[in-house]
Amino acid sequence: MIHSTWPTLTILVFFPVAACLVLPFIRGDRAVRVFALAVGVVELLCALPLFGFDLSFSGYQFEEKAEWVRSWGLTYHLGMDGISLLMVLLTVLLLPLCVLCSWTYISKRVKEFHISLMLMTSACVGVFVALDFVLFYIFWEAMLVPMFLLIAVWGGPERRYASLKFFLYTLAGSTLLLVAMVAFYIAGGTFSIPELSTKTYPFGFQCWAFLAMAIAFAIKVPMFPFHTWLPAAHVEAPTAGSVMLASVLLKMGAYGFLRFCLPLTPEASLFFAPVMIAISVASILYGGFVALGQRDMKKLIAYSSVAHMGFVTLGIFLFSLRGLEGALMVMLNHGITTGALFMLVGCIYERSHSREIAENMGLGKYLPAYMGFFGLFALSSLGFPGTNSFVGELLVLIGVFAEKPWVGAAVIPGVLLGAAYMLRLGQKLAWGEPSRAKAWTDLNAREWLYFAPLAVLVVYIGLAPGLTLRAIDPTLTRVLGELRTRSVAVASIPGNRPMPELMPQTIAARPEADPTVALPR
Amino acid sequence: MKFDITLLLPELVQLAIILALFLQSLAKPRPGESGAVMAADTRWVPLAAAAGLALAALSLGASGRLFWEVYQIDGLSQFFKFAVAAGFAIAVLNASKQPTLAPDKRADYFMLLALSAFGLMLLSSAVELITIYLALEISSYSLYALIPLRGKDPRAAEAGIKYILFGAAATALALFGLAYILAGQHSSYIAVLTGKSWSWAGSPLGLVGLTLFMGGFFYKLALFPFHFWAPDVYDGASNETAAYAATLPKLGAVVILIRLAAMLQPGLQVTTVLAVLGAASMTFGNLAALTQQDIKRMLGYSSVAHAGYIMVGLVAVSAGGLAAAGFYSLVYVLMNLTCFWVICRLSGDGRNLKLNDLNGLYRQEPWLAFVLAVAALSLVGLPPTAGFMGKLFLLSAAWNRGYDWLVIVAAVNTAISIYYYLNLIRHAYTVEAEGGSVVVRAGGRFWGGVLAALLLILGALPAPVFKWAEAAGKQLMP
Repeated sequence: MIHSTWPTLTILVFFPVAACLVLPFIRGDRAVRVFALAVGVVELLCALPLFGFDLSFSGYQFEEKAEWVRSWGLTYHLGMDGISLLMVLLTVLLLPLCVLCSWTYISKRVKEFHISLMLMTSACVGVFVALDFVLFYIFWEAMLVPMFLLIAVWGGPERRYASLKFFLYTLAGSTLLLVAMVAFYIAGGTFSIPELSTKTYPFGFQCWAFLAMAIAFAIKVPMFPFHTWLPAAHVEAPTAGSVMLASVLLKMGAYGFLRFCLPLTPEASLFFAPVMIAISVASILYGGFVALGQRDMKKLIAYSSVAHMGFVTLGIFLFSLRGLEGALMVMLNHGITTGALFMLVGCIYERSHSREIAENMGLGKYLPAYMGFFGLFALSSLGFPGTNSFVGELLVLIGVFAEKPWVGAAVIPGVLLGAAYMLRLGQKLAWGEPSRAKAWTDLNAREWLYFAPLAVLVVYIGLAPGLTLRAIDPTLTRVLGELRTRSVAVASIPGNRPMPELMPQTIAARPEADPTVALPR
Repeated sequence: MKFDITLLLPELVQLAIILALFLQSLAKPRPGESGAVMAADTRWVPLAAAAGLALAALSLGASGRLFWEVYQIDGLSQFFKFAVAAGFAIAVLNASKQPTLAPDKRADYFMLLALSAFGLMLLSSAVELITIYLALEISSYSLYALIPLRGKDPRAAEAGIKYILFGAAATALALFGLAYILAGQHSSYIAVLTGKSWSWAGSPLGLVGLTLFMGGFFYKLALFPFHFWAPDVYDGASNETAAYAATLPKLGAVVILIRLAAMLQPGLQVTTVLAVLGAASMTFGNLAALTQQDIKRMLGYSSVAHAGYIMVGLVAVSAGGLAAAGFYSLVYVLMNLTCFWVICRLSGDGRNLKLNDLNGLYRQEPWLAFVLAVAALSLVGLPPTAGFMGKLFLLSAAWNRGYDWLVIVAAVNTAISIYYYLNLIRHAYTVEAEGGSVVVRAGGRFWGGVLAALLLILGALPAPVFKWAEAAGKQLMP
């Protein structure tokens, strides 16, 4: 474990905010872009100390703790374990790439655009490293406004509808998360996530808390019946917005399941696992089928996200090490691959001014480098062996076949669908007729610059996933171990099994949780 | 008992302002002296109000009793006096260049405004029902005269009549209730009343009386079903008057409701009445606000919803709950005044603004657009603004006190309300203007920025202010 006085995480969270304060004083669009890129690179450099992460330690590292509001037990508490490490690195990596891919795509209100992008990054990093429930919630909600603006100001023709739908959906979900947070504070006497995870709660309380949190996270993931905001938002958002949305925002939902549902409500997680697995399988199949029928490239990738995120939630609710490993790997890899695919769509949109597949056909001959990257990321998206997504999907499949072979059998068509829609898209893009691409130029140096790192990651994680797995294994083992021991502890309390009334029993069943402790007097 | 005049410093400053304005309003413009010169003379008022605010901040820790125990200086009264002084300072600064007010009426206008704030200060210290009633009337009567002061606008006169009729009816109700309380409980001192039973079985007369008496304050707070005046009065009164009427009088109502609620226990019938009215108020207010096009009407309905949120803290009937209600009302005043600040700056000729008038604000006035966005997000209760912290304290205080359903209703209401607050941001940021421009002075931008910064700072670091509210709550319910 690393004890250091260097506040790595605070810097990662607040450096972009500080940069935003400087940005309004910079004149000229080009200077703004250069500055934003520099901020992205510096932010990436600030993340270098994270490579001192102790791979063998399963608890929280780089912890920072300060008092915030004492009487309500609020603390400024940051820290990261294996789960957050990957997500933070992914978020930080994407900031400079997003700046690069918006270099020519965004031409109006450049300054405000980059401010929104940086605030987004701050809030996203904050979500992944906050260890205080309220702090987490603050970052979780703070991210909505810049994302709303990214879609509503720089989006496509239907941007008003899409941005409002995005905001309403996610906010409606998280209001119940707020109630769950308050309930946990009263029941557990603290807002600290590590402390809350060591306490046991009555089964009835767990069930309601699980449902309240799961709706918020399921909307964010998004899981099957709650997914409708995603295609709208993706299609209308500018490229960088889509990238942030797909690569980071969706992961927050899955991260929430891992960080809150499993440790805080272990018994309820087990209780609701069949439902969650069923919804996950539905997401995989539904997302795949709908993606197959799309004509708009962004919509296709958006629906493929629904399917991929189904693998994540499926892996989480298997409660096996393989499943959790797979879920985390899919989270990371979906972030890399889908982010890259959205950048590719943005890239070709700048040339053809259309996202329709039919308008972008036959690129293989005229834009070989572009098609090369597209082929690589498409293969990765469908989980081709040797690419990163293969590792994640395989782990989830191993987990699912080991635990529930019938579910595995239901998922296999989903994997095939992935191949079908991505190959169909790739084929049309490469060889489709008629082609309008004769006059278009191939990738320029700037475009190479933002695809290359992602391509390297695709191949690197695909061929050598060992380091990544070693980083997440200790944490996942701990999460799983706690889940097993603590769900047993709850199950052994007699009379706790049936789904009981909402709150009154919470107090009755937990005499040690004196409500007066929680209320400051 | 020793009479310590220093305890009354905030009130005395306010009184001095009123007297000075009274003398100033007596002066007739001499021939040859134009009205504009007279108007310039009221520039000292914001400074004096700022001095009053500083004194109110200094006297935050004071305590004592005056005037035969009817006037109590304690944590709660000083916190609310501070809030009133802060709100008054912002309100007079906001109204210093009111376009719809003849310059020679400015001294009278400010005098009435100061008198109303003075009444609210008395209200925060009054701990005896008749004193409360008198203080309430001091604060209301001057407001009745303020509402119609909007050039020669007939709508303002209409609003004034509505306000006074509603007010008279509500006050009559309160007086009626006061009589019942006296008859049933044989005392008008809150300190004595605290020990009495307030259940239906214990004292039906007292319970009915208390409910009616609270009705008078529900009217001030614009709580459902006493809310009808709010949108109309905001709509009719000038922007600057509406800014005052929408914010400060609520403080007076909340402080009395906090004192009355401290007499109760959770689970009493009257607490349930508070909870039901709170739930109805927030739901109705938010639903009605969804369709409004006029920004002031929208804020009127939003204030109905916010009155409901404050009830969440009151029904908790715990030190934490009362502290949360107090803190939230301070935040409410601040965020609403911020919103009105932007409206008043944008409405150069004093007309009412529609949502469409905000179009393209980001381009014409990026700074005010940001201020408006912060205020709107704070009204929703989104982090990292003060509105979120206030709401978090309210919800945490009320959970597990027997009204969990109210907490859930409040949370769901946040989701409803986002739509219309987001409309403000949407029009300001994503819609392009069709023409027309606004002229805003640098001072308007600067103070708007200060208000927005206050909202953000209170959201990130609520502890320094919240601790005063908390001390007040603990004094009431040890």
